[in-house]
Amino acid sequence: MEILMAIVIGILFTTATYLMLSKSILRIIVGTGLLSHGAHLLILTMGGLKRGAVPLLGEHAEAYVDPLPQALILTAIVISFGVTSLFLVLAYRTYQELGTDNMDHLRGNEANE
Amino acid sequence: MSLLHLAILSPFLLAIAVPILYKHIRSVHTGWFVLGLPVILFTYFFRFLSATQNGETVAESFAWIPSLNVSFDVYVDGLGLLFALLITGIGSLVVLYSIFYLQKEKERLGSFYTFLLLFMGAMLGVVLSDNLIVLYTFWEFTSLSSFLLIGYWHHRERSRYGAQKSMLITVLGGLAMLGGFVLLYIMGGTFSIRELIGQADSLFEHPLFTPALLLVLLGAFTKSAQFPFHIWLPDAMEAPTPVSAYLHSATMVKAGIYLVARMSPIFAESGVWLWLIASFGIATLFWGSFSAVKQTDLKGILAFSTVSQLGLIMSLLGVGAAALHYESIGENVYMVATVAAVFHLINHATFKGTLFMVVGIIDHETGTRDIRKLGGLMAFMPITFTIAVIGAFSMAGLPPFNGFLSKEMFFTGMVNVLNMDIFNLDAWGILFPVLAWIGSIFTFVYSMIVVFKVFGGKHQPDKLERTPHEAPLGMLISPVILASLVIIFGIFPNLLSGTLIEPAVASIIPSLLDGEFHVHIGFWHGFTPELFMTIGVIAIGILLYLTVPRWKKVYYALPEAWSLNRLYDKTIELAERASIWVTRLFMTGFIRSYLVYIFLFFIISLGFTLYWQDAFKLDTDNTAPIRMYELILAIIIAIGSVAILFVKSRLTSIILLGAVGYTVSLFYVLFRAPDLALTQLIIETISVALFLLCFYHLPKINLKEERMTFKLNNALISLGVGVIIALIALSAHSNKLFDSIASFYLENSYKEAGGKNVVNVILVDFRGLDTMFEITVLGIAAIGIYSLIKLRMTRGREADENK
Repeated sequence: MEILMAIVIGILFTTATYLMLSKSILRIIVGTGLLSHGAHLLILTMGGLKRGAVPLLGEHAEAYVDPLPQALILTAIVISFGVTSLFLVLAYRTYQELGTDNMDHLRGNEANE
Repeated sequence: MSLLHLAILSPFLLAIAVPILYKHIRSVHTGWFVLGLPVILFTYFFRFLSATQNGETVAESFAWIPSLNVSFDVYVDGLGLLFALLITGIGSLVVLYSIFYLQKEKERLGSFYTFLLLFMGAMLGVVLSDNLIVLYTFWEFTSLSSFLLIGYWHHRERSRYGAQKSMLITVLGGLAMLGGFVLLYIMGGTFSIRELIGQADSLFEHPLFTPALLLVLLGAFTKSAQFPFHIWLPDAMEAPTPVSAYLHSATMVKAGIYLVARMSPIFAESGVWLWLIASFGIATLFWGSFSAVKQTDLKGILAFSTVSQLGLIMSLLGVGAAALHYESIGENVYMVATVAAVFHLINHATFKGTLFMVVGIIDHETGTRDIRKLGGLMAFMPITFTIAVIGAFSMAGLPPFNGFLSKEMFFTGMVNVLNMDIFNLDAWGILFPVLAWIGSIFTFVYSMIVVFKVFGGKHQPDKLERTPHEAPLGMLISPVILASLVIIFGIFPNLLSGTLIEPAVASIIPSLLDGEFHVHIGFWHGFTPELFMTIGVIAIGILLYLTVPRWKKVYYALPEAWSLNRLYDKTIELAERASIWVTRLFMTGFIRSYLVYIFLFFIISLGFTLYWQDAFKLDTDNTAPIRMYELILAIIIAIGSVAILFVKSRLTSIILLGAVGYTVSLFYVLFRAPDLALTQLIIETISVALFLLCFYHLPKINLKEERMTFKLNNALISLGVGVIIALIALSAHSNKLFDSIASFYLENSYKEAGGKNVVNVILVDFRGLDTMFEITVLGIAAIGIYSLIKLRMTRGREADENK
């Protein structure tokens, strides 16, 4: 299962990188979204995908899955959400102020050259 | 801290007071307050003479940075004292001269004397330091204060250019020298020059010996304006004339000479040292005197003349180093070269100081320094003329002035090169006396130009700004004193031999001297080859001087484009353009380019490490089985994310991103992570809503939606990133070294924290700090979003928005 997950994560990273190299801001942000999905799945996979019960002690199971990666991912999800929403609003304001979503048009002015 | 330390630091202390004096006492010329110090210092150093004459030395120590072996150790021996006397003596005369040269009302005297005192203190520090790092510190101080003095009239473009040029060249050499000093420290384990001299034999064996030698020499050559680094000196003539007289003839340019003389006991063991110094010196001598004849500006002539005379002294020091290779003193003919070097050092300081002051007077009284405009000044300025004759004839090497004696000794030294049987030389040795002789002829020619083109010939009143007349008395005092020294040293040279020259030579060649060595400079030494050489110089020199206009074409044979100045200018320009070009090459301003660099670095460094460390490993023992549900979800994620690349509309790509996110939350369900699934579901929903908000506000012009164009480079880079990540994930999983600490949380979650949801207990209890700052992140993001939307700093823009 881990090998399959590694391939899926690899695909997520590939598409994310490709999107981040594109011209449109929106596509870049979509790329960062895919990248964080890839990273979260990577943490989960690296923690081991062994069978076990949900880490709720009420279950009284023989073995539980590792709770620590889950806590880490939960933190990461919230942080990446905060950053993504800030980026989105930034992109929205950029559209409003500058009237473009093309990264090629968003080079700094070259007045000091 | 001893009195000697205080003497070195006193110019720095006075430099602090100068601006205050300048500001508050405007009625008195600030120079008068400064004048006292060099005079006091001169008398103070004069008292050391009796000690050094008997072969004694004075050493004082003051801890500065003991942990790094850097201490402010000062050391007075013959060589150091000779320089200290030159610095303070000519310093006093220059200050006196500058009082009459610079006008109280027009010039910024506070800055002038501050810079000059900084220089004087730095120079004293250079020649009296025993510690290499302290020496280097003072050395850079001389570069810095020289830079300030050359650029004194900073409103002139030529001054700024000259200051920058001298700064770049001397600091280049200074840094090289620091490198050489560090190498010496690595070899000898000490920064003390005396201790290094003590272990000179073992240093010679060390592999770092030659690099250290070359670096130290680079420092000495740049500072002392040796070919091809001499180009800064003529441009430094933009400085006020007292500065040129002091720094660029008598003292600073001799710092390189001092360094070579001081380091000789360490390095002279090597033939490289001997030949490099001798040949660069002789080349500089020839080139400097040859170029001086071409100049039309009096200070230009004197600048090239200084270059040439420094080359003379340098070549003598080089040849003198041969003395170390012979045991006995009796037959040691190479000693005479060292003696000549020290003697000419003193002579040059006297007559070049005189000549610069004369030029300053001419400039001051006529308003020009151009020899094409000057002429016939003899009748107007008899005293200045007399002084100029003394200075220039001494420079040309005519009897009875001191230049004659040192030039004879110079010829002796150079002729002796022919007899040198150490280091294979063959036919090249003949070049030394020949170049020395030709150089002396040109020296004679330009010395005559200085005197007769300016004072002889016809007076041209229409070309001059002012009617020339004799200079004020105050301005004449210093050159008169120097000119009398020229005559006194010329007629009674043995006044110097016992007092100054012998102790100085003893410092340069310590191993050979134990009291039995005595210098006697005879005025007449029979019909020797040197005498005939001098007669030849005078005869051919007169002939060449009379025919200058006929052969001056020689100077235009070499096109201007080939000059060293052009090379320097082009190098600076090229360096600027190349750095702009390189920076523009990769700083494109497109964020995509920078991302490409980052990703490429990621791929290359990690890929290389994986390969090089043989880190890739695939181990299937520890894997969980693949189930149908997970396989289907994996396929959905793969298809969903790849499909985003191919869809045309942005709306579809957002929906696909949402689909991937929901599938990920299903993964969390399958992998037994209910809290994650819950959070992921909610957050994905909000994110998609935000994306749609952005989508809705797209500018109307760009609404024409198009598919992403395929770019092979981007595809390869992203594929590389994906593959590297997958490989690292696989090998990380296959290399699990120890078990998880999860058992601790599972066992203690209820016992210690009283909660059964282990994930939540970790978040708020075991690792609560993470959660606190994650909340902070959300808070900051919220404030950021709020201010992004609400704050409008550019009020002027609002009108545009309403259009």
